[in-house]
Amino acid sequence: MSLAKITEVKGQGVYVAGDEIDTDRIIPARFMKCVTFDGLGEYLFYDVRKTEEGADKEHPLNEERFKNASILLSGANFGCGSSREHAPQAIYRYGFRGIIAESYAEIFFGNCVNLGIPCFIAAKEDIAAIAAAVEADPSIEIALDVTNEQITYGGKEITAVVRDTARFALTEGKWDTIGELKEAADEIAKVAEALVYVTK
Amino acid sequence: MAKSLFEKVWDAHTVRSMSNGQTQLLIGTHLIHEVTSPQAFGMLRDLGLKVAYPHRTFATVDHIVPTDQRVEPFADPLADAMIQELRKNCAEFDVTFFDLPTGKQGIVHVVGPEQGITQPGSTIACGDSHTSTHGAFGAIAFGIGTTQIRDLLATQTMSMTKLKVRQVKVNGKLQPGVYAKDVALHIIRKLGVNGGTGYAYEYAGQVFDDMTMEERMTVCNMSIEGGARAGYVNPDQKTFDYLEGRPYSPKGAEWDAAIERWKSFASDPDCEYDDVVEIDGADIEPTVTWGINPGQAITISENVPTVEESPEEEKANVAEALEYMKLPAGSPIKGTKVDVCFIGSCTNGRLSDFEEAAKYVKGLKVAPGVKAIVVPGSQVVDGICKAKGLDKVFNDAGFEWREAGCSMCLAMNPDKLIGDQLSASSSNRNFKGRQGSPTGRTVLMSPVMVAAAAIKGEISDSREVFGINQLVEA
Repeated sequence: MSLAKITEVKGQGVYVAGDEIDTDRIIPARFMKCVTFDGLGEYLFYDVRKTEEGADKEHPLNEERFKNASILLSGANFGCGSSREHAPQAIYRYGFRGIIAESYAEIFFGNCVNLGIPCFIAAKEDIAAIAAAVEADPSIEIALDVTNEQITYGGKEITAVVRDTARFALTEGKWDTIGELKEAADEIAKVAEALVYVTK
Repeated sequence: MAKSLFEKVWDAHTVRSMSNGQTQLLIGTHLIHEVTSPQAFGMLRDLGLKVAYPHRTFATVDHIVPTDQRVEPFADPLADAMIQELRKNCAEFDVTFFDLPTGKQGIVHVVGPEQGITQPGSTIACGDSHTSTHGAFGAIAFGIGTTQIRDLLATQTMSMTKLKVRQVKVNGKLQPGVYAKDVALHIIRKLGVNGGTGYAYEYAGQVFDDMTMEERMTVCNMSIEGGARAGYVNPDQKTFDYLEGRPYSPKGAEWDAAIERWKSFASDPDCEYDDVVEIDGADIEPTVTWGINPGQAITISENVPTVEESPEEEKANVAEALEYMKLPAGSPIKGTKVDVCFIGSCTNGRLSDFEEAAKYVKGLKVAPGVKAIVVPGSQVVDGICKAKGLDKVFNDAGFEWREAGCSMCLAMNPDKLIGDQLSASSSNRNFKGRQGSPTGRTVLMSPVMVAAAAIKGEISDSREVFGINQLVEA
């Protein structure tokens, strides 16, 4: 099982403002009544994007000029709350391939890495500057350099953080860990045998 | 070298280092439910893999089950498809399922402890962020995503970065009318909703020593609301007393050996923590949320904050929360009219939660126009409550006593807010839309505070409503 080495993600951006954007907001729970992740992209940020009748509300994701965005920008503690992988799945299936935020909730961050979505941690003022540039010209390209932990946009370059474990996993094509976990079957059996709880 | 419980448990379950620098950690007990597991089983099938250690996975159904009527097929075909899928997966992969007819069904974080599956010194994971609940027993318990569920099913291990440990010490005694829920909300308010990122919280101090197991579960449950992926209390005699005689608890000679082993996992007295925070239990008041995350909390006697008086970096968040909650800034939260009252959830859906609330609502009536529901966390809790007549106490007072499930905590079943209804809720999250209406409003509080809100029809100080003595005994 060979995975893509994710060293760089390029695309247009869209800024969804706010701190503490939780996974219930990213994908409301009622859309998790499903047994696959198919089609979840459609319901991304649903309750802040749509009225109860299904009409568009004012939201950056509803704006034509941001329709091609594949880099999502947001605030602090992005993805907090429920552990639902439906949230990063919805983000990915909507078409996003990278996220820039001030900070992330831990479970969400890990879920993103497992799906090969780089989550860049950037300073509040840098995110505001990128957001302003995107607002002025939505067509500008944002390049996320995972290897060097840098973001370039409109001729500017800023330093960000990807976290070492995530950077390694993405750039080495090891973001899905199941292959490596399976290799240790014998060691697993030894540790499991030493456990005295939940015995057969 | 002196070690914390977290380090001891982590070391005992470490398989090896991963190439990404994380640890391959063995998870001894894997809990699953219908919402986050079906895709994991799907991935397993796609990869042609089997469940490596099926006896180490336990399933229940909680999020989507209706709590008013249990006739199958469920009225909601999507919910029905989910329970059928879980049945199919458990049967095919030989996983124990506490299904509806077993009498053991309930919220996964209520079922694990009451069946004796949750044990000190173990590692536990579940595709549910409130898995931190199980830490009350001195287990290290993590919420995980669906890809990790797949990893656990296939290998019983997952890749994870070791957490730092912060000891959160709550000293002294709680005042009468102050509950574990208030302690949890107080900690989150003080340390922030992301203050625990990268940490496991070790809860300690006199207040935790004095707590019952169910109270400890309430606080550990909400660790994740403070950003901490795990939270735990060192095991003690109360832990052992709670576990004795439960279906999956060790028996006979194994029981005595288990106690000795469990004791050995407790943090060494001289171990070093990455951080220590001390809180005076006497400072904690009945606490309620006013905003759209659990850190936006105030005591019942405080006023809702104003944008102007909030710190600069908080102004935008406060403004957003005030607009959503439609609460007048600078006014008391006490007296806010409530539409719905909910006692239940993995935070506060256990026997003692209902006993305590029942004690005060007995002989009183829910205010006109208020919909009040009481939802036991499991079929076992339901049975004990009924044997004690608690269902009758609540029904007589005008509450609806329901069947076991997650209910109104999260809007995946018929229990939902309508429009911008305001709910006094003993659950754990007050996020926008959390309780099922995109404009619904949630105010988190303890079960006794929910009971007071139900009786008065407005957010109230339960100590005043029920005449709970506020003086600390000398």
